[in-house]
Amino acid sequence: MRARQESRTGALALAVLACAAFAVLPWYWLDFSDTSHWGEYPVGPAGSALALGLTGKVWLLPFVLPLGLAVAGGMLPLGAPGRADRLVWAGGGGLAYGLVQGFALGLKGWNAAWLASLAGGPGPAQAGFGLGAAIVLAVFLLLLCRGLAERGWCRGDAFVVSSVGVVIALVGLFVFFPVGKILASAVQDNAGNFAPAQFLEKFLDESIWGLACVTGNLRCGVAWNTLLLGVLVGAGSTALGLAFALLATRGTVHGKKSLKILSVLPIITPPFVIGLALILLFGRSGVVSAGLSEWFGIPRSRWIYGLPGVLIAQLLAFTPIAYLVLVGVVQGISPSLEEASQTLRASRWTTFRTVTLPLLRPGLANAFLLGFVESLADFGNPLVLGGNFEVLSTKIFFAVVGAATDQGRATVLSIVLLIFTLGAFWVQQAWLGRRTYTTVTGKGDSGVPPPLPKGVAIACWGVALPWALFTVVIYALILVGGFVQALGRDYTPTLNHYVTAFRIDTSDGGFRFAGSAWNSFFATVEVAAMAAPLTAAIGLLTGWLLTRQTFSGKRAFEFGTLLSFAIPGTVVGVSYILAFNVPPIEITGTGLILVICFVFRNMPVGVRSGIATLSQIDKSLDEASLTLGARSATTLRLVLMPLLKPAILAALVYAFVRAMTAVSAVIFLVTAQYNMATTYIVGRVEAGEFGLAIAYASVLIVIMLAAILFIEFIVGERRLGRRGAAGVPVAAGG
Amino acid sequence: MTMTTFTRRLALLGTVFGAALAASTGAQAQGQLTVYCGVQEDWCRPMVDAFEKATGVKVSMIRKSSGEIYAQVKAEASNPRGDVWWGGTGDPHMQAAEENLTEEYKSPKLPELNEWAVRQWEQSKGRAVGIYSGALGFAYNTKLLAEKKIDDPKCWADLLNPKLKDEVQVADPNSSGTAYTMLATLVQIMGEDKAFDYMKKLHANVNQYTKSGAAPAKATSLGETTVGIAFLHDHVTMIVEGAPMKAVAPCEGTGYEIGSMSIIKGAKNLDNAKKWYDWALSPEAQKLGAAAKSYQVPSNKATPIPPQAPKLSDIKLINYDFAKYGSSDERKRLLTKWDKEVKAQPK
Repeated sequence: MRARQESRTGALALAVLACAAFAVLPWYWLDFSDTSHWGEYPVGPAGSALALGLTGKVWLLPFVLPLGLAVAGGMLPLGAPGRADRLVWAGGGGLAYGLVQGFALGLKGWNAAWLASLAGGPGPAQAGFGLGAAIVLAVFLLLLCRGLAERGWCRGDAFVVSSVGVVIALVGLFVFFPVGKILASAVQDNAGNFAPAQFLEKFLDESIWGLACVTGNLRCGVAWNTLLLGVLVGAGSTALGLAFALLATRGTVHGKKSLKILSVLPIITPPFVIGLALILLFGRSGVVSAGLSEWFGIPRSRWIYGLPGVLIAQLLAFTPIAYLVLVGVVQGISPSLEEASQTLRASRWTTFRTVTLPLLRPGLANAFLLGFVESLADFGNPLVLGGNFEVLSTKIFFAVVGAATDQGRATVLSIVLLIFTLGAFWVQQAWLGRRTYTTVTGKGDSGVPPPLPKGVAIACWGVALPWALFTVVIYALILVGGFVQALGRDYTPTLNHYVTAFRIDTSDGGFRFAGSAWNSFFATVEVAAMAAPLTAAIGLLTGWLLTRQTFSGKRAFEFGTLLSFAIPGTVVGVSYILAFNVPPIEITGTGLILVICFVFRNMPVGVRSGIATLSQIDKSLDEASLTLGARSATTLRLVLMPLLKPAILAALVYAFVRAMTAVSAVIFLVTAQYNMATTYIVGRVEAGEFGLAIAYASVLIVIMLAAILFIEFIVGERRLGRRGAAGVPVAAGG
Repeated sequence: MTMTTFTRRLALLGTVFGAALAASTGAQAQGQLTVYCGVQEDWCRPMVDAFEKATGVKVSMIRKSSGEIYAQVKAEASNPRGDVWWGGTGDPHMQAAEENLTEEYKSPKLPELNEWAVRQWEQSKGRAVGIYSGALGFAYNTKLLAEKKIDDPKCWADLLNPKLKDEVQVADPNSSGTAYTMLATLVQIMGEDKAFDYMKKLHANVNQYTKSGAAPAKATSLGETTVGIAFLHDHVTMIVEGAPMKAVAPCEGTGYEIGSMSIIKGAKNLDNAKKWYDWALSPEAQKLGAAAKSYQVPSNKATPIPPQAPKLSDIKLINYDFAKYGSSDERKRLLTKWDKEVKAQPK
């Protein structure tokens, strides 16, 4: 009964909150740090909807209707006839009207030409949604969900309906809306007119699809370059990751711990830093090149600039991801199957080839896919090492910010990139087929995994050992590089780079962060710290809805949550500019857009790890809690949250690290106030200030390690009533 | 772990988070200013520091190449985020002025400036002013050149030497104002057809078209390329740092840039932008360039010319037509032509 009471007053409280926001809070987007806006309050830029509506912006007044209806509905006792309907109509109507007026009227009046001609004039102007509008519209959404719940949706559980509604609204707004926007801009010319012919012309352009490199000495189209690089990186990182994974789980490795560190390091390294280290090793004046030319007379060359360099850098960066995916899969293979094979007198090699490898298929496919997608989306390494080998991600960037700006062309290139990514998903699904790969069952499995066949073991060692050494050398170089004058030319030890980046000026008594890196450093930490918990919360909530609740349209919903992960970062960046630079949602140039971008880009990892962990937890636990009278929100908080700790940890760590190291998506979204560390470092690398870039990257690596330890401390370990070690979480790769 | 310790840890997290937020939003007593800075980071930073100290205005600065800043200012035109665009080669400033993206302003400091800086202001109809100038040229790595036993290159024509195959580096004019200045310079020296012939031949010797204009100078200093084409002052910066290289002002004559400054139209902090504008034209502000190892010729007559700066009087400067080659139509035409006829060529 208590729960029902809360539900009734809840709807009323929401409606009252919306009324207050409508009457008092600034309706439009506003820079709160600039107090001059408040001079004309309650009208002017900081004016409330009610005041503005009464003083000219009449299209804001109709909100009074749904607001009144909502209050009326909320006052009725629960179950009273008409209450649920009123809430649904108030919420749905208010939301719909809010969006329609927001999209119809922009900074320069009517947003569409046909509306302007219909109204016979440019129409009144308005800014983007601000605090007041956000609260009012959010309340309408929640009221709609409550109304639907009271009508019996989802067994009348308002929390579940609201969660579904909120997540759908967020994904729609921050994934589907920008992606739709970018797809639409592909068929427009530079002035914004509908021009499908131009799309075809741009799409079939020689510079994208040209095959001249096959027939002659010319350059191939950028699409083929990208595809070739992606396939090579996918295959290479999968092979390397498999070697490491087999050694870690099946081999007799003594240094498993160092293997783990080696596997984590590249993930927390800003990706292009690896490219930089490669230049310092293999560039024409690099350490290795110098040695080779002095000792063996091998002439110095520029081979590193182009496909080879980008390939090596991306393999270094993405092999750990493949390793993390594969190590879980190799661990999951039931030794009983392999034992059975050996009992049937198959040799070790036959067993490996016919039993172990086929069972690894899902792992291999996922690892390949991740390597491929990451390679396509990678922007830093091709920028630093690409030389004249151009790929889509850099091409898109210069189509947007280069001297010859052409947004349509950027979109067309983005679509090519999107086609490749979705194509890879499709191929992966087809290759895996409908076979089952289930080997983890509830039954006890006491088998001991067989050792690797000799040939395979030798091959693994042969691949993994040099690669591990290589990685160690790269990181040693990165560490040293920050402390010498100019790597490659002058090895005098110095602290100059750190001083330039992180100087604190105390000359005039107070503290002043005078170093050139402080600005971007604070912004990065701030954005990452805000994005991480939000990402984890929204991701896990979505995972919970997908595994524990049934509602119609669930499959489409699941696909939608994955979409932002499948789309390369460069495309996400462009689409965010297109969608959010003008009202109704005008948030470019703020820190908010960076946070939102990270949250929805990294959310799928939260979703995946949530689903994976939840499917291990028996449903009877939640049912017991529900039977005892707890609401679903309480059950989620008290029963499932503590059990979900490994998933929370994985999502938090991933979201934080990604927010600190991502380049491709944010390079379009950074501004003077919110410059991110990675874009700052890319700029330094481009200008040739390697020492500064490396010093900054080393600091970031240390900060991320500290953050991971801190997050582990905050979340704590999951305690299961088992003997021995508790389940060790395996972070979802990606 | 019980729920209470979990909550306590969450509270701790909140405290740390709040402290980080508080630390990152500083005092904003004298208002703020957003500067898009088009020169090297090493120069942008001291400028911002000195201005903050002198006026108390809180500056947020972002460094980008001049092409990137132009694109950003254009993209943000309906709702500008920046106030002042300081530095970077003059062409994009002229283009922005032409497209009405920047604001007219007559600084009281104008009479103190050199004639070329004022001419820039007049040609842009008061929207851009010269803050420094520097001549285009190339530099070679003396060690590498000696190894190759090539005579010292002195002219643009010497760069076509087949022995320099894959040994010349220059930026891509699509992303770099420096490289566009070279393109326009060659067209003005040789005439358009001959200039494109020259660049096609040079293409065989170019190992990489970099994204940033100063990158070839850095690459030459590191020995990543034998010859780098950039502004002479960029080369001088490397030489002063001890790089084994020599800067050359080509014998056929060469063009130059007028590093410029504009106030962005619709600037949210217009008064502070003007403050910056006047301050940046003063000798005190312009002195900071040399201190930051940027050896351009400053525009205020009273600013001491750094002794390392390449003397404009020793260089055969062409009469660079900024109005014509800064216009967007001409720029677009030349860039498209360059893409088709030069960059797409086989090596």
